[in-house]
Amino acid sequence: MATRTKSVLLHIGLAIGLLISIFPFYWLLVMATRTTSDIYSFPPKLWFGTQLLDNIGRVFDNVDFFGAFWNTLFVASACTLLVLFFDSLAGFTFAKFDFPGKKMLFVLLLATMMAPSQLSLVPSFVIMAKFGWVGTFKALIIPGMANAFGIFWIRQYAQESVPSELLDAGRIDGCGFLRLYWNVALPILRPALSFLGAFTFIGAWNDYLWPLIILTDERKYTLQVALASLNGIYVTDYSMVIAGTLLAVIPLILLFLFISKQFISDIAAGAIKS
Amino acid sequence: MGNPMLNAEPARAPVPPRLKGSLASRLWRHRKEYLAISPFYILFAIFGLFPIAFSMYLSFQKWDGIGRMSYNGVNNYRFMLTDPEFWRAVGNTLLIWIYSTVPMLFLALAVAFLLNSSFVRFRTFYRIGYFMPNVTSLVAVAIVFGTIFSNNYGLLNYVLNLMGLNSIEWLNKTWGIQLAVSVMVIWRWAGYNAIIYLAGLQSIPSVLYEAAKIDGASTVQSFFRITIPNLRPIILFTLITSTIGGMQIFTEPQVLAGNDGGVSGGGLTIVLYLYREAFIHNYFGYGAAVGWGMFVLIAIFSIVNGLFVQGGPTRGQGVK
Repeated sequence: MATRTKSVLLHIGLAIGLLISIFPFYWLLVMATRTTSDIYSFPPKLWFGTQLLDNIGRVFDNVDFFGAFWNTLFVASACTLLVLFFDSLAGFTFAKFDFPGKKMLFVLLLATMMAPSQLSLVPSFVIMAKFGWVGTFKALIIPGMANAFGIFWIRQYAQESVPSELLDAGRIDGCGFLRLYWNVALPILRPALSFLGAFTFIGAWNDYLWPLIILTDERKYTLQVALASLNGIYVTDYSMVIAGTLLAVIPLILLFLFISKQFISDIAAGAIKS
Repeated sequence: MGNPMLNAEPARAPVPPRLKGSLASRLWRHRKEYLAISPFYILFAIFGLFPIAFSMYLSFQKWDGIGRMSYNGVNNYRFMLTDPEFWRAVGNTLLIWIYSTVPMLFLALAVAFLLNSSFVRFRTFYRIGYFMPNVTSLVAVAIVFGTIFSNNYGLLNYVLNLMGLNSIEWLNKTWGIQLAVSVMVIWRWAGYNAIIYLAGLQSIPSVLYEAAKIDGASTVQSFFRITIPNLRPIILFTLITSTIGGMQIFTEPQVLAGNDGGVSGGGLTIVLYLYREAFIHNYFGYGAAVGWGMFVLIAIFSIVNGLFVQGGPTRGQGVK
């Protein structure tokens, strides 16, 4: 019976934590269905109202929401595809091939993870200005299209799961380097790729500081930048800002729920490995 | 790498042309491998290494980003070290870091323990719920928490009123906005760290606990002598990542309270200060110098963290 009590207490503890984790999402949903005066009323309205479509309509009137949505989708997808390609190519090569200087190059790669990114905020911007990339998506996509973490992640996975015998068999069949990568390794690497892809996509979707600095033209705003500027301008129409926030959050939450189980265990595994 | 011929060669001078050819041909034979790994190194050189070197140069210049650069000596650094706003930002950042990291890691550890108990059902369900805040955009989170901590009619003030207390202008008070930012950080990262601790707990072999039980160890004893020592590398990992993240806090205060960190300035963090000086006021040279100041701070903190985790709790325990 003692175990029984323990189990009940445990579930109460976990449930309280869960409630705190979930509440802001619920609150966001409630506010998005209310008027601005409802949001700031005492006592607060904790149940859904009827204004959702109205609020969303005003979002579309005030900002080019779909424009920002497509910008974000484009940037996040481009980042993800390029990262997947370059990181898997390099990770596979490090895992399965020998070449002079390999160890040193890999140590160098790991060392770059220590390099602080904020330190170079100003000079990076200056470089973008020199390239004429300020205000373009190139500045958001190209600098990060191959990264040390992803190469490390793919290498670990490839070492364990791509059998050397399979590569040898491929060579006997006349596969060149690229064929071995594309036809033999990539299909096996799929689980590692799906985590890296989700991780990259979520990061790119939510990125704020760098796009805020780089994007100068409203038509190029990503969702986060558009949302922040909406928040700064329309203080009086807050239910509209909240509805915009809801719209910006939903796609990613859906994506996350879809992949969550595998994604969470991969996050944990990644932390333990490093 | 293991070619003895090649290793022996450099001592012999002059280098015969045949050998030069063989090294080059060795590299040439592996050209595809080098090509495959090259994008990362090229990108890092252009967008990682060069900016770091360039920011060193820039930090000694006076420049508004458009006109001519002029050499400024150590004036940027001197100004930084004597600007009360900079130190204010450093202090704010440290306070927010402490307010958020300490409760966050304890909560994470507690949640991980609860989830690790053998009789928890729906573990997957809980993990998803706890992790959801982490994938949500910071801008959205800041907007939602802004309504909770709102100066007049926020949710939190309503709760205070219910308890018979007066409303607090959270976002206008130094400690109020720091608390709001810390709560956001805790909310977003406690679940993430809990998942990592949980993985760490599950990787401790259960034989250790069984052996301790047979030897008559209590639950508390096995916690301090088995769990904590085995978890130490993971605790260090979470501490380092929270330190690096904590030193770089920007979005929460910026969206919540604007480029000055609120009326009280309590939300002015180092990165927000850097952003404001460089990109709002266009002091590019100065921004680069602040970047270096921040780098030194992060380095010091990482070292202190390392010492703290390696020292402290282990002393006097014969584990390992």
